[in-house]
Amino acid sequence: MNIIVCIKQVPDTKDVRLDPKTNTMAREGVASIMNPFDRHALEEAVRIKEEAGGTVTAISMGPPQAEAVLREAISCGADEGVLISDRAFAGADTWATSYTLARAITSLGSFDLVLCGKQAIDGDTAQVGPGLACQLDRPYVTCVQKIRSLAGGEMVVERMMDDGFDVVRLPLPALLTVVKNINEPRVPSLRGKMKAKKAEIKVLTAADIGAEKECIGLAGSPTQVVSVFTPPPRGNRTVFTGTVEEQIEQLVERLKAYL
Amino acid sequence: MDYLLTEEQQMIVDTAREIADEKILPRRAELDEKNEFPTDILQDMARADLFGIFVPEQYGGFGGGCFEIVLALEQLARGCVGVATSYAASALGIFPVLIAGSESMKEKYMPDIAAGRKWAAFGLTEANAGSDASGVQTTAVLDGDEWVLNGTKQWITNGGESQIYSIVAITDPSKGARGASIFIVEDGDPGFSYGKKENKMGIRASATRELIMNDCRIPRDRLVGRQGTGFITVMKTLDVSRPGIASLGVGLAQAALDEAVTYAKQRIQFGKPIISFQAVQHMLADMAIQLEAARALVYAAARHIDNNPRNMSKASSMCKVFATDMAMKVTTDAVQVLGGYGYMKEYPVEKMMRDAKILQIYEGTNQIQRNVVGQELNREYTI
Repeated sequence: MNIIVCIKQVPDTKDVRLDPKTNTMAREGVASIMNPFDRHALEEAVRIKEEAGGTVTAISMGPPQAEAVLREAISCGADEGVLISDRAFAGADTWATSYTLARAITSLGSFDLVLCGKQAIDGDTAQVGPGLACQLDRPYVTCVQKIRSLAGGEMVVERMMDDGFDVVRLPLPALLTVVKNINEPRVPSLRGKMKAKKAEIKVLTAADIGAEKECIGLAGSPTQVVSVFTPPPRGNRTVFTGTVEEQIEQLVERLKAYL
Repeated sequence: MDYLLTEEQQMIVDTAREIADEKILPRRAELDEKNEFPTDILQDMARADLFGIFVPEQYGGFGGGCFEIVLALEQLARGCVGVATSYAASALGIFPVLIAGSESMKEKYMPDIAAGRKWAAFGLTEANAGSDASGVQTTAVLDGDEWVLNGTKQWITNGGESQIYSIVAITDPSKGARGASIFIVEDGDPGFSYGKKENKMGIRASATRELIMNDCRIPRDRLVGRQGTGFITVMKTLDVSRPGIASLGVGLAQAALDEAVTYAKQRIQFGKPIISFQAVQHMLADMAIQLEAARALVYAAARHIDNNPRNMSKASSMCKVFATDMAMKVTTDAVQVLGGYGYMKEYPVEKMMRDAKILQIYEGTNQIQRNVVGQELNREYTI
């Protein structure tokens, strides 16, 4: 099985403070980490490889320092890491990012499975996984909490919902985004750390992946982040208590009053 | 303080620390409460290659020495001394093979140990042989192609959980201390069984059981080294392993100090955080000073031992005494700093204080350690 794992380097948002003047995250001095959801995706990929054989390739679109999370991925069991880096990628929104990752994956050759974390803890959009699948024109399932089976060119997975889970069958090649309770990631081994230290991280530029200028970076971004702010607290609120049925009854009564 | 670790040594520290933070910390209270052996955590440690740290490369290990074990144990002990002891005791149990075993014996056991597929344990102590180890009464008699062992070992860490046991037995009663030998007994050998699990004050995640040998028959090649060299190998084993125990004290005391300082900064009494009061600050300062002194002594002793000196006993015993007495004091003081909260099981320091006590007792009581240092001093000086 040839598995690709998409990894993003993000600021450790536990440590991040909001700059009160600009209302954006103050990133200076904040450590960079592997996006926690991606860590779970990587762990799942390594487990599949250990059972079914194959290779795990970690890829990341980012600035040169993102190489660190690719090395970390190797220490956690990935066979190799590929950094997709180019000044032209700067300012990319989730659509341009999906396009870039899709071009990179296509340039690497055939794959059986792409695993992504559900969302990045800095952007929190959860859009890149689905966007990437669409760019690759492959089926996808998001919020996967368990892979039930993987054989004969198809897989059966559990998709986490608010009140339980769906069971979905899809053909390979496919893309999944995973949630944290899919697994407990292992601690990187000493052997893994030494392999990561010596590994050569391939760097691919826009030209290397055959990306079209108008589809990448700011130029390829149909959306733009205008501002980031904490919404003000909403004021009066009522909390309904009781069983779900009782709460629905109370809610309906309240809503009727507005009609 | 910067102890000038190499990159590989720092990797060991980081890996052990991650195990402690991610795998041990969340479960230590439960393991302590339930007297439960940390099988899952040891498997996590095996996957992280921690069991291979001290095994020579040719058997699948990393070729590290005493210092590397000390580094790993310090971080594991920050999580839980019970879990860390399980790792330390496995190392202790296999050292006789590394020190005195034949090449074929090492090839048989070391790869499984390095991979963490099998664990070891050290069977020396008996009901009548604690500090007076020469009082061992377990016997081993050669019968054709088999050794037959009879006797009972007491309070053996990892007893019943490990697969490989280094057992000290008397092969020639007429020779006294020179009549002891070490044998490898394996789980499943005929006539080998375990007693009940002990109910201990602390390190409750560690499993402690009797080992019972009742006409236990083992193949001839299970003898470790030459007959009669048992106690020499025991002494060499303890010289190398005692800094590990000292390191448990350092890690434990660090965890206790971390809790105490964090609490003292948050707890407000008389309108201020209690760390503002000199009485508390001086306690914390003394704890930190003694901890750092212990750490420096343990690291120095471990490096000295790895340098293959002629004499390692004094350094080994010194660091064991100092660091474990320090750990008892620091953990007790940590409970004191946390006051009433420190006494409650919801807070981790009472367990740390209970865990500290055994460090002053096992692998040679601190009284025996002082004997060793005193004898070495006597030997060193000529008048």
